[in-house]
This record gives sequence, C-alpha cells and structure tokens, in this order.
Amino acid sequence: MNQVIDGQKTLDRYLVDFVDLLRNTGVKISLGSSIDFGLAVTLLGAGSSEDIYWAGRSTLINRPEDVSIYNKVFKKHWLGIDSLADEVNKLPALDFLFDDLPDDSEFEDSSKSENEVLNVKYSSLEILSSKDFSNCNRVELQELFRLMNEIRFTGEMKKSRRMVATKKHRKFDFEKSVRSSFRTGGEIVNKRFQESSKRRRRLVLLLDISGSMEVYARVLIRFVHAVMLGRSDVEAFTLGTRLTRLTKELSTRNPDAALSRASEAVDDWSGGTRLGEGIKEFNDHWGIRGMARGATVLILSDGWDRGDSEIVAEQMKRLRRVTHRIVWANPLKATPDYEPLAKGMAAALPHIDNFVEGNSFDSLKDLSMLLTE
Amino acid sequence: MGLRDVSSVEKVLEELSSRNYLADRGLATAVFLSLRQNRPLLLEGEAGVGKTELAKSLSNWAEGDLIRLQCYEGIDSNQAVYEWDYARQLLHLRTAEASGRTRDISTDVLEGELYDERFLIRRPLLQALSVKNAPPPVLLIDEIDRADDEFEAFLLEILSEYSITIPELGTYRSEVKPIVVITSNRTRDLHDALKRRCFYHWVEHPDVDREVEIIRIRAPKVSLLLAEEVAKAAAFLRGMDLYKPPGVAETIDWAEALVTIGVNDLDKDSVDETLGTLIKYREDQERVRSRGFDEILSLVRQG
Repeated sequence: MNQVIDGQKTLDRYLVDFVDLLRNTGVKISLGSSIDFGLAVTLLGAGSSEDIYWAGRSTLINRPEDVSIYNKVFKKHWLGIDSLADEVNKLPALDFLFDDLPDDSEFEDSSKSENEVLNVKYSSLEILSSKDFSNCNRVELQELFRLMNEIRFTGEMKKSRRMVATKKHRKFDFEKSVRSSFRTGGEIVNKRFQESSKRRRRLVLLLDISGSMEVYARVLIRFVHAVMLGRSDVEAFTLGTRLTRLTKELSTRNPDAALSRASEAVDDWSGGTRLGEGIKEFNDHWGIRGMARGATVLILSDGWDRGDSEIVAEQMKRLRRVTHRIVWANPLKATPDYEPLAKGMAAALPHIDNFVEGNSFDSLKDLSMLLTE
Repeated sequence: MGLRDVSSVEKVLEELSSRNYLADRGLATAVFLSLRQNRPLLLEGEAGVGKTELAKSLSNWAEGDLIRLQCYEGIDSNQAVYEWDYARQLLHLRTAEASGRTRDISTDVLEGELYDERFLIRRPLLQALSVKNAPPPVLLIDEIDRADDEFEAFLLEILSEYSITIPELGTYRSEVKPIVVITSNRTRDLHDALKRRCFYHWVEHPDVDREVEIIRIRAPKVSLLLAEEVAKAAAFLRGMDLYKPPGVAETIDWAEALVTIGVNDLDKDSVDETLGTLIKYREDQERVRSRGFDEILSLVRQG
C-alpha cells in the first residue's frame, strides 16, 4: 500500500493522518480500528473517495453522533474543503471546577479576620449540611464535595427475568432437580428451587444547567457524579439550550477529571432554558426507545422555561408513560412559601411522582434515601 | 465461489438487489468488509429500516440457514446456547432401570450415556457453530441491546473464538464460520470491545427514489404512480418531527393497504382512512390530521 500520492506522502501516511485528525476532534478510535481501516481500504482499493469514505465509516465510526464530525474531517482531509476550523477551535466555554465560584473574595477577607477556618469545616458540619448551596462559600463547598463523594446508594431493585437458585421453597426447578437426581439413580431426593433474581432499576439523571440554575448546577453535577460512581446503570444528561449526554464523561472515578471532561463536552453552561425541548430530545432519542422504560428518572431543575410550557406538559406526559417513577428535585422548593409559579414547573407538576428539594446536602441525602426505597 | 470471496462492493449491491434488498453503498461496503474479513456486522438504526431484512437476504444469498437469536432481558446460555433435555434423560434412566441394565453397568457408564449429544437441545448459537459440510449459516443476533451486559460479554467471547465449550461433551469449534449480523436499537451503549470486533453501519431511512424501488419490489401490485406518491408522503412525514417517523416497513404496509382498498391515487379520504397503517402513535396521527392533508397531497402531486 505504499503508492505515492502527490509525490511526497504515501497512502498509509494519508490514512494515519486522517485517523489522527479524527482523534483530535474527540472521536475515540482504537489502534485495532485504525488497522481495520487500513485493511478495508486495501480490500476496497483506494480508487475513489467514496470507497475510502465508507471504509472509514464502517471501521472508525461506531456511533451516529460521530458521523457529522467524520464528514467534516473527511471533507477537509481528502477533498480539501475546510469547514472544520470553527469546530476544532471551539474551547469549553466555562470551567466549573473552582475557578469562578462565588463568594471567593469575600471568604478570603473573613478568613483573615476570624482565623477560624477549621471551625467552619467541623464544628458546624450540621449547619453546613442543611445550608443552601447558594449561600455556601468556597471552603464550605469544598467540604460538601468531599461529603458528597461519600454518598452511596444502591437504587431501587426490580425483579429480573433471570432466575437464580434459592433455598426457599419458591418455584420448583425441574432441570436442576432432575439433574441432581442422576446421582441418586433418578430419584429426586433433593428438591431444587429457583426465584427471580433482583436487578437494579436504571436511573436516569437530567440536570438543568441553564442560567437560573447556575449556582446549584455546579454542586449538583458533583452529586450526579457521586451517584454514578456507585453503580453502572446510571445515565446522565444536561439540559440547557440543548441536551448533552454525559454518561461516558462522568464515569471516570476521579471527580476532577470527570468534571473537566464533562465541562468540555457541554457547551451551553448557564445559557437559556428550553426545558420542554430538552426533555423532548431526551424522549425522542433516548428515553422512549428504551432508556427510560421501567427506569427511575430524576430531574434536577428549577422549572424555569423560556419555551412553550405546553411542550413541557406534553413531554412529561410521554415520559411518565414509560417510566417507573419520575422524581423532580427543585432547589427553589426549599424557600419558604414556595409555589411552583415557574411555567415549566407548573406544567410538569401533574406528571411527576415525587417533588422534593435539592438545595442542600441534607436534602440530597434525603433524595438518595428516596431513590433507594 | 461463495459469498465470502465476493469480489467488490458492486457485486454485493447486485447480489442483494437480485434478492429484493436494495442497499445503499455504505451498507454494501460494510457487508463487503464483514464478509471478506469474517467479522460480525453491527447494524443500528431506527426501527423499520430493514436491519433484520438484510440478514434474510444474506442467508438467501449464502444458501444457508438463517438462525435467529432474539435477545431479551434475562436471556442466558440455556436459551442462547444449549440445554440438556432433562425429561428425556430421566426417561432414559427409567428405561435402563426397567430393562434391568442398571444392574450390569456402572454408574459412570450410565451417566456418560445421559450426557450424550442426543439429549442436547441446540439453541441458536450452538446451532450456528455446528454446521458441517454446508453453506455458511447467517446468525442474526437481534436487538442485542435488550440483553444484559453479562450476556454481551459472553457473546463477545463466542464471537471471537467461534467455539463453545460444553463441560460434559468438550469444545465445539465451528467448521463453517457463520455470517454474523447483530442489530441494536441503541437503548443502551454496547461495549467498545464488541463494537471493535464488528463492522458498523448506521442504517438510515432510504431517499425517495430508493424507497420507490423498494416499494415496487416488495409490493409488486403497487403502481409506479402510487409508489412515488407514497414514498414522497413518507419522506414528508419523516421531516415532520413525529415521535415515531414511519419506517420502510410501514410505507410498504401503507402502499399495500391502499391497493387493497382500491386506491390508485392518493386523496384526502384514502389518506385519512389508512393513516393508521403508516403512523402508529395517536399523538402523531392527531398532529398530521390537524395539519391537514392538503400540504402532503400538493407535494406528492408535484412531478
């Protein structure tokens, strides 16, 4: 395959560069897949760009989400059409690790005057855990994040279709009983029983990251990560001006690494809210086709929606029909005299099973308990 | 020359279309690569775009069996690989007792008899690996995303070795490697390891021209005029942001329904009466109806 194109680069060089370019735009490609790509091009012959295009599509790409980026990279690399510049240079808009948390400067001042930092952390842990996130300073938040990593919950169990052996006298296991009887000359001496095994219900988390939720979203994303750490069948999405799936990004154990990956993946932090459309997108592409079926769905949002609240109602109704339970955590609910005046919230309310707070560590602990019931 | 040595993507297109399956070039390339490299083909896409149908056409081309494993939650090796026929084993044991043979032979021998191939029930995966001196079977693993992770890992093991070990009998290694087609509806992500083993193709809805051809091939009674109208209407509806846009299977059903009630040219009444064969969510139907049929009808009438 060492034929020379345009006098300098060999074909394999072109192929390797193409794979590199794709990797740089964030498409995950294993070494094995890139070798497959080379083999595929050899098999098809590099006669036409169409063959190379499809060779790459069937070996390098395995999620429809990556197709549009593949098309752009392909055009640029093989056809010299550059529509890629904006995409690649677009850097994450907002880093939400610690750099611009509120109350920062204020805290610096107070620590100088009071020099009782440790007090905040330990003696008033109880106060801290019930304190609204929006009133916490940097050190307190840090402490909360540490605490949050200790939240573990197993989630709801449901009956699986898979049967397991049991000593309890449940369903008679004919096969095992007969099988064990071969040792006793075909006489069933020991009866064997089986019962349905239990498996975890899938949990889907939808976190609102629009402007009005900004203060809470920074903390709640930590909570989302903590929830994901404990178990495997959790899916996480952010709802902003659009829907972004963060399941892969947040599956990393290290919270800082997970969060920085998540912040790279999401580019609509603190933007507007299109709650209804976000839920619709979730329903259309993920939820209704299976992800939400029989699952517990937790929506973390203040319910502010600039879009049409009819859409929220309609989409919640759709979602409710396939889910096991919808829990809505609204940080604003903790305020005294709270009434669900936000259009989106009011529209969603008739379609949810549990309406809870989500503004403090304590309320998140309660929430975890609720989800474990 | 078998289909494993198919010479080009064009040849794949030709063979499939002679079996009434009209593939686009992307799908044909993925099929070509998986045939030549002996690797599974992983198809994802909306329901009703013809994923399962492809496996049928491939098996027709291979002149081998189509072995289908429909996945579901809780599927395990008893349903997917093999199972012992306990009832018959027990019967065998009783017969041996009744005839007095048990007195003359040792328990080991008797137990050996019980775990004989004739008491083995072959489930799809074992069936696909035990083909001998015959054309390769097509193994269709349908909707793998419905099975759980554990099953997927187990499947991966079988697909990388093409062999299965049964403790009582030994290892079955396939002589004729099956052509493996895996479909998924993406209700969850499949493991990267499984994806890496496969050639991947995302199956899309066909464009209008191809859909006309598909309708004409699948439903020969449908006139060219009607097929064109149906395909255009379907394309329009797919652009309407419905909860469940109609798939190819639905458009074929719709065209046949229209012919059955004696319609050769779409009009308001006939669309209204038969809408249920095309669009299967009540909300979607309401949406289409409230928008009125004029738009669709004027669109399909354009040349």
